[in-house]
Amino acid sequence: MMTVAFLKAAIIAGTPLLFATLGEILTEKAGNLNLGVEGMMLMGAVIGFQMGYSTNSPILAMVFAALAGAIGALIFAFLTVSLRANQVVSGLALTIFGTGFASFAGQSLVGLKMTDAFNASFKTIKIPGLGDIPFLGEIFFNQDIFVYLGYITAIILGIYLYKTSKGLNLRAVGENPAAADAASVRITRYKYIHILLGGALCGLGGAYLSLVYVPVWQENITAGRGWIAVALVIFSAWNPYKALFGAYLFGGLDIIGFRLQGTGIVISQYVFDMMPYLVTIVILVIVSMKKDIRNAPPKALGEPYFREER
Amino acid sequence: MNNGSAYVSMRDITKIFGTVKATDNMNLDVAEGEIHALLGENGAGKSTLMNMLSGIYIPDSGHIYIGDREVRFSSPRDSINAGVGMIHQHFKLVEVLTALENILLGFKIGIFVKKNDQKRLIQQIMEKYQLEVDLDKYVYDMSVGEKQTLEILKTLYRGARILILDEPTAVLTPQETVKLFKIMRRMKEQGCSVIFISHKMNEVMEIADKITVLRKGRTIDTLDKGNTDPQELTELMVGRPVDLSIKRVDKTSDNRVLRVKNLRADNEEKLEVLKGISFDMFQGEILGVAGIAGSGQKELCEALAGLYPIKEGEINFKGENLAGRSPKEFITRGISMSFIPEDRLGMGLVANMDIVDNILLKQYHGNKGLFVKRKPASEKAKEIVKKLEIKTPGVHHPIKNLSGGNIQKVLLGRELDSHPELLITAYPVRGLDINTCLKIYDILNGEKKKGVSILYIAEDLDSLLGLCDRIMVISHGEITGIVDARVATKEQLGLMMLGNKEVDHAV
Amino acid sequence: MQFRLVKIAETSKKKQTFIFLAAILLALFTTGLFIMFLGHDPVKVYLSLVNGAFGSRYRIEQTLIKAIPLIITSLGIAIAFRMKFWNIGAEGQITMGAFCASYLALNYSYLPRPVLLSLMLLGGFIGGSIWGIIPAFFKAKWGTNETIVTLMMNYVALKWIIYLQYGPWKDPAALGFPKIPNFAENAILPKFLGLHIGWVIALFLVISVHIFMNYSKKGFEIAVIGESVNTARYAGIEIFKTIVLAMFLSGGICGLVGMIQASGVNLTLSKDITGGVGYTAIITAWLGALKPHWIVLVSILFAALVQGSSYIQTAFGISAASAQLLEAIILFFVLGSDFFAKYRLVIDWKGLSRKKENKL
Repeated sequence: MMTVAFLKAAIIAGTPLLFATLGEILTEKAGNLNLGVEGMMLMGAVIGFQMGYSTNSPILAMVFAALAGAIGALIFAFLTVSLRANQVVSGLALTIFGTGFASFAGQSLVGLKMTDAFNASFKTIKIPGLGDIPFLGEIFFNQDIFVYLGYITAIILGIYLYKTSKGLNLRAVGENPAAADAASVRITRYKYIHILLGGALCGLGGAYLSLVYVPVWQENITAGRGWIAVALVIFSAWNPYKALFGAYLFGGLDIIGFRLQGTGIVISQYVFDMMPYLVTIVILVIVSMKKDIRNAPPKALGEPYFREER
Repeated sequence: MNNGSAYVSMRDITKIFGTVKATDNMNLDVAEGEIHALLGENGAGKSTLMNMLSGIYIPDSGHIYIGDREVRFSSPRDSINAGVGMIHQHFKLVEVLTALENILLGFKIGIFVKKNDQKRLIQQIMEKYQLEVDLDKYVYDMSVGEKQTLEILKTLYRGARILILDEPTAVLTPQETVKLFKIMRRMKEQGCSVIFISHKMNEVMEIADKITVLRKGRTIDTLDKGNTDPQELTELMVGRPVDLSIKRVDKTSDNRVLRVKNLRADNEEKLEVLKGISFDMFQGEILGVAGIAGSGQKELCEALAGLYPIKEGEINFKGENLAGRSPKEFITRGISMSFIPEDRLGMGLVANMDIVDNILLKQYHGNKGLFVKRKPASEKAKEIVKKLEIKTPGVHHPIKNLSGGNIQKVLLGRELDSHPELLITAYPVRGLDINTCLKIYDILNGEKKKGVSILYIAEDLDSLLGLCDRIMVISHGEITGIVDARVATKEQLGLMMLGNKEVDHAV
Repeated sequence: MQFRLVKIAETSKKKQTFIFLAAILLALFTTGLFIMFLGHDPVKVYLSLVNGAFGSRYRIEQTLIKAIPLIITSLGIAIAFRMKFWNIGAEGQITMGAFCASYLALNYSYLPRPVLLSLMLLGGFIGGSIWGIIPAFFKAKWGTNETIVTLMMNYVALKWIIYLQYGPWKDPAALGFPKIPNFAENAILPKFLGLHIGWVIALFLVISVHIFMNYSKKGFEIAVIGESVNTARYAGIEIFKTIVLAMFLSGGICGLVGMIQASGVNLTLSKDITGGVGYTAIITAWLGALKPHWIVLVSILFAALVQGSSYIQTAFGISAASAQLLEAIILFFVLGSDFFAKYRLVIDWKGLSRKKENKL
């Protein structure tokens, strides 16, 4: 069952991307373009690993990874929401900060390994019933807890955005903050909360890499996945459900080279290493070629909001 | 604080923007069941004052009372809770949401959006005030009139007792205005206080019970409608006796300058926005263009100026077909046409650059070599500043810091400097005070006398009827008629704007 | 009590400079607290940072050698940023510039030195400019998000060099160690006044870019596009051509850095050729307000930071990554400080007492 194993692995490889993409969707729905995803993932990855190693508690590792991402996001939120700084540059600064922070804090973690007990908490769990569905069950419902958390987060976000009144308010904040403000939505509060939540999700995405996917500490563990996530947000048209598809698709691309090695297909591994990046470019170009009002970014994305602006 | 009948009372309100006192110790009293007009020119402080009543701006000093209580609003949320609702000149609606979603926005209605429960409530309000809104329609599909009705419904749904309408008729046809006035009277009957911001004398005289006149950030006087007349109001508003009538200069020539034939264009979503436009323009005439906002005026101007892709048709300017030519070709071929776009800082000028660089924008193509020559541009800038009496600290001053009128003068001055034979102007007096408006009408008439033919797009039917020789009405990208401005009426234009093809008075 | 913001109409140059300097001091102070938290004396650390960067002729030379690529890359980035084209692909552009130059260096070492070096400079420029033109084309044609495309292209370039380093270009004389052969003498940049000649190129570029951006027609057009694409169209500027040209220059200038680093510093090509300069230069370009003369100053300071931090690593055991952290923190503070040039915070104490009265 080569394909099943491959698809199953694709979902695992796509999970960090999924968390980061969902986080960035939330952030951008609030009208803020945070290009610091890579940085927040790295912060989450290193803090998660550090906590996991020192406390041996998977829960604490995840909580602190999320917190680390949220703290990164807090810097960004303070700069762009309260101080109305340029969002593009602030996001870049956050990525640089996060990268520096991770290599600073990660220096002492190189070569360390988690205990077997710790790793056991992230072993695959078969969901009774669903896991027995032929073909699909093995791919989707025989996974580790993080993967399930990914499904749940995407679905909750979808419901939140499209069915709840808070989600409605959030969409309005990203589209037209002046209108939302006049309708008594608290703009600053909405922006802060969702940027922070977004950062927490990015932190979790990073933690999946360092705790489960790799799972030892290595420098620059994210390898540009944060940037791919930013592209996936565009690809998924700011829709959490489509983000599921996009993230797993890219998860597949990420591992295809490695998988094909054993099959006798002779293409250099390095060419496949380029694939996720090349495909991201191709997809961005295709998406930008066809314009559709329903797939457009939030209208006020990247614009600071000041009520008394005339 | 209670002076008997006043329900809303604003006392000694001052608000400073940068160095400008937008409102200077303003006072206003409005009773329940009263339609109160705020009359004043652009820049008099009407909108600023009302933005403070609706919590958008926070006053620097002064007091606001509603009922018997002093209130201090730090956000629109506070003012909504106090029963204030404002319909802004630029609608505060989210385009990609439906009417219903816009109404429910920001409203405490539980965790999930229960559309059907809310719909019934809203329907009741619609019946009470006789409003008509399709609740499931997306805002981007709505006409301006529909959007306005939706805004009114939105504020009423929030329980507003004090309704502020900021220049609501500016974007409406005369027929839609009649409808709006009906709604306003209905609100008055229900005991609401309605504040109506306007600078149009006749409308104020028609609908208001009381009129407060504002000028340059100060409250001048509050009058009962019965005790005043348009002449007095005008004088109070402008500060001196002024003749508001626009002089029309007679057209002298019958030489055709421009012939547009069957012009068609699609927008980005592949919808046809210009549907076979054909018309002629003659030397020394002003051809007005009237239409509801978004009927294709912007696309028409930009298509003529080479800025909008044309699908089909011909633009024959003095024997040369311009269709498909780029702005750069216009310049290199020396085509004698100028365009004053609607969006002055977003298209005509660069906000962050100084006057010199903005003048340079149209000159540098002619500079020889690889480098720009700022010296001649600088001299030209000084000349224009002097000629048009532009108020600026200097020519090396970012133009975004200038007032709207001065910005428009920079743009107009630069464009007229090239001595065009055809001048396209989109909403050239929008947002300007009366003196600047009159000055700009004078400039246009002056150009007309020189034989320039002018395409004049405007929303204000009075100025169209007063200034133009002929008026072309467009609706949904089609011409519904071209009428003689000397004999046309506003009602007639209004019907044509709504899409009724009018053949009477056609020329 | 009520807080509210008031927009300031205009801020004097003097006040702006003051705010900028205050931001940098605050950034140093904040980092100082962090150093204290790590158990070191911040004053001592900062002093030895300065000592490490400027304490001897050798150190000054090292600092300047690090400043050269930063200055040139920032200049390239500044051209793109002026157009509000967020080129964060300098890493890739440097890499591809280095690749083209190295191809020439490794294959045509028999050419006379001046000819070969000139060809390598040209190659470096072209390599970088191709990497710049590709995202520019997509952006100009379809509005494709340039931030992500330029960034993705960094990784593509990096993987390409890794492929060469581990594959076809591997030095057979290196006993299986994955490295590309060193350049021949002919392909190495000569020295001038103690430093490799790259500094002369940098100086030349600083002046050229200054003139280009402020006095040339194309520079003016780039600035107009950066302010408003609609105005640019209205003014008859050919948007497509100008965007592509700007990125041709931006990428090309970054590509030169690749050539200079390969030929003047590393003497070969490797996957670490950029040393992260492409990212640091984003900060220096921004802090230098996209103005060439400020860029020179900021770049030298940042180079000193990097050079000094490798010194404090040995002296205090503080990781060299701390330099990157400090860079980001300085940028955070300067980004945030702009607010104080644009807005004023007004605190209305009276509001508090009144609100209480209302409740009573």
